[in-house]
Amino acid sequence: MNNPYFDLLMWARGPGFDIALTIMIGGILLRVVEIVVLGRKKDFAKPKGSPVGQGLKTIFTRSVPRKGAMMEAPVTYIGGYVFHIGFAIAFLFLGAHIALVDDLIGLSWPAANKALIETATAASVLALIALAWTRVKDPVRRALTRFDDWLVLVLSGLPLVTGYIAVNQIFGDPTLMMAVHILSAELLMIAFPFTKLMHAVTFAMARYYNGSIQGRKGAES
Amino acid sequence: MAVKPLLPDLMKAHGISRRGFLKYCATLTSAMALPPILAPKVAHALETTTRPSVIWLSFQECTGCTEAITRSHAPTIEDLIFNVISLDYHHTLQAASGDAAEHAREQAMKDNWGNYLVVVDGSIPIGDPGYSCIAGMSNLDMLKETAEGAAAIVAVGTCAAYGGIPHADPNPTGAVSVSDIITDKPIINVPGCPPIPIVMTSVLAQFLTFGLDSIEVDKLGRPKAFFGETIHDRCYRRPFYDKGMFAEGFDDEGAREGWCLYKLGCKGPTTRSVCATVKWNGGTSFPIQAGHGCLGCTEPDFWDNGGFYKPLSVPAGEYRKLGIAAVAGGAALGVAGGALGRASKARAGKAHETVDAHDLEKKS
Repeated sequence: MNNPYFDLLMWARGPGFDIALTIMIGGILLRVVEIVVLGRKKDFAKPKGSPVGQGLKTIFTRSVPRKGAMMEAPVTYIGGYVFHIGFAIAFLFLGAHIALVDDLIGLSWPAANKALIETATAASVLALIALAWTRVKDPVRRALTRFDDWLVLVLSGLPLVTGYIAVNQIFGDPTLMMAVHILSAELLMIAFPFTKLMHAVTFAMARYYNGSIQGRKGAES
Repeated sequence: MAVKPLLPDLMKAHGISRRGFLKYCATLTSAMALPPILAPKVAHALETTTRPSVIWLSFQECTGCTEAITRSHAPTIEDLIFNVISLDYHHTLQAASGDAAEHAREQAMKDNWGNYLVVVDGSIPIGDPGYSCIAGMSNLDMLKETAEGAAAIVAVGTCAAYGGIPHADPNPTGAVSVSDIITDKPIINVPGCPPIPIVMTSVLAQFLTFGLDSIEVDKLGRPKAFFGETIHDRCYRRPFYDKGMFAEGFDDEGAREGWCLYKLGCKGPTTRSVCATVKWNGGTSFPIQAGHGCLGCTEPDFWDNGGFYKPLSVPAGEYRKLGIAAVAGGAALGVAGGALGRASKARAGKAHETVDAHDLEKKS
């Protein structure tokens, strides 16, 4: 006799994770190396400013909304901040996740308490709902939204929701829900290199590139 | 069939007071998740019910289950109740051996055909039945023969319930559980390596008091009263889990302070049992209290579920080699993709034709 829930959990922890990790790492490497190899056309003009300095600076300054932008799209900015910070707290400070990172790369740090993790999780999910709402409500955003955007939104929210259910045993068998949570994270890992989720890696490259162009022209970015 | 003494006589002989017995019945009732008002009914049933004959079959096992039940609380009412209802056949405990022992089993079956209870501990080898025989009879044949006239079967211990340690990869004997073989009799699984004694006796007591139908079981055939919640749910270290305080080693400060053992591989979150509340040795302690994470022994295949010392959130496989291959493969594909892109760009550059406004007008 076997327990199908445990079999699913063991598949998620075994072959499922292996597949997801291979696709994610391979995919990220593929895309980053491809971008670097493709390169840019060399600009022979003498720089008027500091392209490197401006490029590096822009990686950070673009994390802050430009003047007036917050008022134009408050839900997008606030929702974006809340989602990213909440997701980072839930992912990086839950003890079980730290154990995973420790096993992967040998780094460990103190875990946060349940209240903080769950507040961050709930805030992240609410932020996702708000961001989805703006996509539906605003006709311009609605027109710009593709299947890929909805997919990314759902895949980002699933690990948060399933994790919350698994830890608090809101419904379902605890072993099954843990398996579902891990599988949802693996779906996110598989989709990562081939969707807009890739921005988590390429944002630095893109910002540096934009900043360095402005720097070369002697402009602020 | 010999007349067996009733429980009050045995209690008197063992120096156990009626008060002690009633207290024990109240404990059993509580353990069975029944309302306290039913405690007298449990006591009455245990005192007066004509107890069924019990045939205990020990197959591929370590005798740990028998050890647990016979070395439970002292003085042991559990043992007493157990003695009253069992030992028509138990080849570890009975005095008889050889043909006399087997004759006892056959006689008990004949005398109580259709009414006796079969308790099984140990798994059954079907790869090669010769791995485990009793009196020249394979475990498989003995189980089938004995189960035929049984009212019900209680599979005691994880080996009988799910195959247990003999079933662990690569399962050299082809070990299987009772329910893999017997499909036409009610089977109650009481897993554990070994099960908690009071869980075993409570199941027997509930069977005697309220009948088989009163025992509600889960999908894995376990009584819900004892396997309804996870150990994590009731663990006294749970507040540390919630606070994010984990022992990182078996002798670090966290371990000494009693912090959560999740990172040391505790399987409490996925293991259903009452270990954390009923505990062992008369409620003295249980593995987590002794400083070791739960092994998950009440769950099927616990021996193969990713390693005892790996946290549940950590991958169970050897993913590092795959990761390194993915880095190399991804980088190689990236270089190839980039080169293709550059070639395509160069071709596009060569094929580029300059157009002016007049050309565009002509084309449109």
